[in-house]
Amino acid sequence: MGVTLALLSIMVMIPLASLVVFTAKMDFSDIIKVITRPRVVASFEVTLLTAFIASVINAVMGVILAWVLVRYNFPGKRILDGMIELPFALPTAVAGISLTSLYADSGWIGGIFANMGIKIAYTRIGITIALIFIGIPFVVRTVQPVLEKLDPLYEEAAGILGASRTRTFWKVILPELRPAIFTGFGLAFGRCLGEYGSVVFIAGNQPYETEITPLIIMSELQEYDYSSATAIALVMLAAAFLILFLVNLIQIRNSKILKGGH
Amino acid sequence: MKGTFFKTTAASLALLTTILAVTSCSNASASTTTDTAGTAPETGKKYSIINVSYDPTRELYVAYNEAFKKHWESEHDSTVEITQSHGGSGKQALEVANGNPADVVTLALEYDVKAVEEAGLIEPGWVSEFPLDSSPYTSTIVFLVRKGNPKNILDWGDLARDDVGIITPNPKTSGGARWNHLAAWAWAQREYNNDETKVLDYIKTLYSHVLVLDSGARGATNSFVENKQGDVLLAWENEAFLSLKEYPDDYEIVTPSISILAQPSVAIVDKVVDKNGTREVATEYLNYLYSEEAQRIAGENFYRPSNETVLAEFADVFDLNINLVTINDFGGWDEAFAKHFSDGGLFDQIYEQD
Repeated sequence: MGVTLALLSIMVMIPLASLVVFTAKMDFSDIIKVITRPRVVASFEVTLLTAFIASVINAVMGVILAWVLVRYNFPGKRILDGMIELPFALPTAVAGISLTSLYADSGWIGGIFANMGIKIAYTRIGITIALIFIGIPFVVRTVQPVLEKLDPLYEEAAGILGASRTRTFWKVILPELRPAIFTGFGLAFGRCLGEYGSVVFIAGNQPYETEITPLIIMSELQEYDYSSATAIALVMLAAAFLILFLVNLIQIRNSKILKGGH
Repeated sequence: MKGTFFKTTAASLALLTTILAVTSCSNASASTTTDTAGTAPETGKKYSIINVSYDPTRELYVAYNEAFKKHWESEHDSTVEITQSHGGSGKQALEVANGNPADVVTLALEYDVKAVEEAGLIEPGWVSEFPLDSSPYTSTIVFLVRKGNPKNILDWGDLARDDVGIITPNPKTSGGARWNHLAAWAWAQREYNNDETKVLDYIKTLYSHVLVLDSGARGATNSFVENKQGDVLLAWENEAFLSLKEYPDDYEIVTPSISILAQPSVAIVDKVVDKNGTREVATEYLNYLYSEEAQRIAGENFYRPSNETVLAEFADVFDLNINLVTINDFGGWDEAFAKHFSDGGLFDQIYEQD
């Protein structure tokens, strides 16, 4: 217990507290002024929107991936399973540069879409793609173990009782997976909010259009303006905290229902 | 099956850690012998200094460190090891200010060295410690265009044309991009006779044609060269030459009628050299940058040598007729920074939405 608390304080609590202390050096009105600058607000919108869309896509794709990895056998499955973590291991800048060269108009994938008149790199779509890339392991790795442990008896029972496959999925499997999906979603979303390395290369970084909040924080730091940077960072932290808190609330509600409450 | 897989991974990881630990231990024991500090050079002494620099000087300092090592060891009875560190200039300055023990800094602009000075590590007055405002080599901002210059981009005025797509990094995050911005400003000031509203209009149009506003100079080069974005890249002369060297058939350099003299700054980090007893070798390290040999190395790496005779040797490489303004025409970095790049400054106003 003591070790846990000490570790938690040194590694998490104190750095976070110092963030708050740093910001507290500013007047409240100054903080408001910094975080309501139109460019900053626009960057919040870009970051939140792309992170949300990417995490929703990840929640869906992640479940499908986990499903395939658990329920199907095919050659190369182990390798595929191992590859899920690669986005964690890869330096984000490397991911960003390779994604950009793939999705730019001159790249393999970007070229195909460019012919259809869709620009991917240097737009919000590009940002979303980078975020999907770095967020996917969170959902897969939270859903997978739950799916592995899911007792096939439930599904068999549902089948015997005459439920169709889709009905079984929606009424039997999904409720079991839901807490894991929410956790994965929350983790991926939190990660996406702070992602810098992979996004700055593909984003184009146009103010108001594709400028993400972490980039604004970086530019404040370049100007040696620590307090503005921490003020903006604090907003991001609050957003991430809120999301994780909401996810936990849903979890608590879910587990109550599972235990027979309301 | 899964269990064995994890066991093998764990075992190999453990092995790797042991190897790393052993090697780092042997490194540590080696470095303790070099670290015995003292001010006067003794016989057989080993010095080690750290040079914290910025991104595009990588190739330059690989060559220079070699030359300096030879020079030092031929004149002294001691050896010297130089550790290089590269990264975005502003970020590197921050790291030194926060305690990265650099003996010398060789950064992209005076403003960044000032940040280290403000942290109390460099004594004021460092600008005049070495010749020519402590900038041994200079560079400037040029245009890199696609081979044959299909959009016929010849000067800053062409960048305001609607059919031209521009790549330049964000001056808020990139030291290099600040030079780009100021060079464009200098041209517009001359063109419009200092009519500030017209100048601002021009700069606004220019930035509205920027397709990708990368966070650093290398990122911008990457967008232009590898990802084929835009028609013109505003680049450091040395970076432009490097791209040209790599892809001689794809690009050419256009030197605009007016540009800015970019003066990278070098300085000794006083607090660190006094602590490590490396002041003498660090001073010689920076002084030797002005020698003919080092100036030639700078020229070979596409930096403009500050030594006139050596510069003349490179007359066929650099356009020496270019009209160069300096940062002093903008009232120095502090003033230029406050006016152009601070929060709510001119650059922010350009992107203000109506």
